[in-house]
Amino acid sequence: MAMTAAEIEELILKSFPDAKVTIDDLRGDGDHYAAQIVSEQFRGLTRVQQHKMVYSAMDGKMGNELHALALNTSAPKN
Amino acid sequence: MEQDTKEKIENIINDNEVLLFMKGTPVMPQCGFSAAVVGVLSHMGIKFNSVNVLEDPEIREGIKEFSDWPTIPQLYVKKEFVGGCDIIREMHENGELTEYFQEAGINS
Repeated sequence: MAMTAAEIEELILKSFPDAKVTIDDLRGDGDHYAAQIVSEQFRGLTRVQQHKMVYSAMDGKMGNELHALALNTSAPKN
Repeated sequence: MEQDTKEKIENIINDNEVLLFMKGTPVMPQCGFSAAVVGVLSHMGIKFNSVNVLEDPEIREGIKEFSDWPTIPQLYVKKEFVGGCDIIREMHENGELTEYFQEAGINS
């Protein structure tokens, strides 16, 4: 059921090819991750919109295979 | 989603200015993420009502579709979806949440 950090990163990069992605396995159990994602695609969007984009990049896995993915999203600083 | 589930959700959201969909209750949260949001709201002294999604499987699934958001907890303020645990925590840490409640006319 669980996912590896590499699998998560791959899914994110598929939707956000420009992104800088950092993933932490918070408990080392393959089920609780934190992802920091910096992408130009987030610029001008609300956090809810940004997180929704990431959830949709996760292709339905969020809340199912993946219990917890804490998100921190932003656009690159100019 | 069934029409009556959607109506049920809409009614609860319309009837409660600050509403948290959570696992468990504010006194006995059943999930760390729900507990975190309860903690933030309590710390700020914001009065809120909550729905325990563990007691209602229809709402538990329905709210995810309703908000287009895959996880619980979910905070609604005056019918607007504000966010889940990460967003609430981040907004609390950088002070945005206080502003948000002030602008929404919610007093602590």
